[in-house]
Amino acid sequence: MVLVEIRWHGRGGQGVVTGSNLLARAAIVEGNYAQHFPEFGPERAGAPVRSYTRISDEPIDIHCGIYEPDIVVIIDPVMSKTPEDYAYGLKKGGDLVLNLPPDNSEKVAKWARDNGYRLHVVDARKISLEETGGREIYNVPMLSALLRVKKLASLETLEKVLAERFSGKVLEMNLKLSRRCYEEVKTIVG
Amino acid sequence: MARQAQERIAIMGDEAVALAVKQSNVDVIAAYPITPQTIIVERLSEYVANGELDAAFIQAESEHSALSICVGASLAGARVFTSTASQGLALMHEIVYATSSMRVPMVMAIANRSLNAPLNIHCEHGDVMPERDSGWVHLFATNVQEAYDLTFIAFKLSEHSDVQLPVSVNLDAFILTHSVEPLTPISDDDASRFLPPRQPLYSIDFDNPATFGTMALPDTYMEFKYQLKEAAERAGQVYPKVAEEYARISGRRYWYFNSYMADDADAIVLVLGSTYGTLKAAARRLRESGLKVGVIGLTMFRPFPENQLVELLKNAKSLIVMDRAYSYGGLGGPLYMETLAMLYRNGLRVPAMNVVYGLGGRDFRLDEAESVLKMALDGARRGRFDEHVIWWGVRA
Repeated sequence: MVLVEIRWHGRGGQGVVTGSNLLARAAIVEGNYAQHFPEFGPERAGAPVRSYTRISDEPIDIHCGIYEPDIVVIIDPVMSKTPEDYAYGLKKGGDLVLNLPPDNSEKVAKWARDNGYRLHVVDARKISLEETGGREIYNVPMLSALLRVKKLASLETLEKVLAERFSGKVLEMNLKLSRRCYEEVKTIVG
Repeated sequence: MARQAQERIAIMGDEAVALAVKQSNVDVIAAYPITPQTIIVERLSEYVANGELDAAFIQAESEHSALSICVGASLAGARVFTSTASQGLALMHEIVYATSSMRVPMVMAIANRSLNAPLNIHCEHGDVMPERDSGWVHLFATNVQEAYDLTFIAFKLSEHSDVQLPVSVNLDAFILTHSVEPLTPISDDDASRFLPPRQPLYSIDFDNPATFGTMALPDTYMEFKYQLKEAAERAGQVYPKVAEEYARISGRRYWYFNSYMADDADAIVLVLGSTYGTLKAAARRLRESGLKVGVIGLTMFRPFPENQLVELLKNAKSLIVMDRAYSYGGLGGPLYMETLAMLYRNGLRVPAMNVVYGLGGRDFRLDEAESVLKMALDGARRGRFDEHVIWWGVRA
């Protein structure tokens, strides 16, 4: 795998850092090289935050932010409505993974098409509300959607990594959410 | 020693240091939490609490006390570890000098973070530089694997009978402390063979009383300090032997510095810490287009590896020294000033410029690394630089 650079966007408290962290762990478990690092600003719940993942089949020397990502993942459903505010620097032909209802994404799809981006959406918000009885959990679900469309690691590996990190009800809930998002993610612009 | 095959694991920089400390079988850990090293002591406290590490874990009421506790424990013969950053290290300052002058072996991880003011928690080497002249050995990691490996090397070097000095392992705030990277650990057995229980040369012993941290008046003080100077220089001679022994168990060979294509380079950039990797990646690109650039990332900053650096720099046509710290009112950053002195007294008249960058955690991007390398090439072509010091990207 040549170097793939992923930038994550979301809000403080939603687990953007954990999503990126788990992706790097899954890639390393599969024998690749990977690097995850957070961008810590003032640590306020609700403030926009970023996190970065690099994956490659060769050792990674670079230690700086990602300004021209191959993939942008936005885990917050409101931020997902205006990806133009967050996808800066995304390479032509790059992939966007958004937390949006697939049947309500025409506006974003047109913008993605016009800019030459591939667009993948999953309604992680609806799925999370349904499965958890009202909680909004986006990081692991969006990560599993990303793994479905980009094959950076298998769902099985992600589940293994989740089991190392979580246990009991939290693990169960994350597994349920990630399986559904893995199934329900749709490529709108390919 | 047989090298055992080990798998790569995914681990955060702070966690990697904690793992190395655990495998080093320390006896006493005393610390006070401060971002971004907190995870190191958190993990260590968990190791002690769940019985994986048989050590005394003491949370002190301040960093000044933490280091003082470490001094006492080390003098009692224990293998000792502490960790801090920024303001915490500044608060330790008084005891930092006592530790080295009393010749107390210990290891401290420093998660290099800026000093107030303004308040900022991000990466800078301005916290360790005030400890530059203390007599501690200062090692710098460029990635998570190095932070792990250097921790073992630091213990061995610190306790060596010809050294008997404290050693710091520096890792960049957040860029390394909070990064997840692959790590190939050594086995517990190899770790124990590399670092058997400490055999202190001198320790507190009620049957053979001795004085530690004595008063020395003008008739003897200079002799104490001369011995410190000699010990600090000996640390530089012992280091490659310790590194070689570590290479035999780990397969990873450490030297006074990392270098990328510096041997035949016209233009060289010298740096400390994680920026080495970014410069190396940029240099690889430029080499593909035939541009003769090289990069050196200093692993050992104290003692300063003068002879080895001179050997590597003697054919260079230009040099840029990058500092993530500054000596305000001075001639530039600390690494630059040291390098200039080294060049001058070794008769090397290579044009050298200082690039001050990344203070308070400002990111230093891959394209900026490429620009600095090209700037070094331009200096090589022209045989001079127009300025002594540049503050990279600053809005003035």
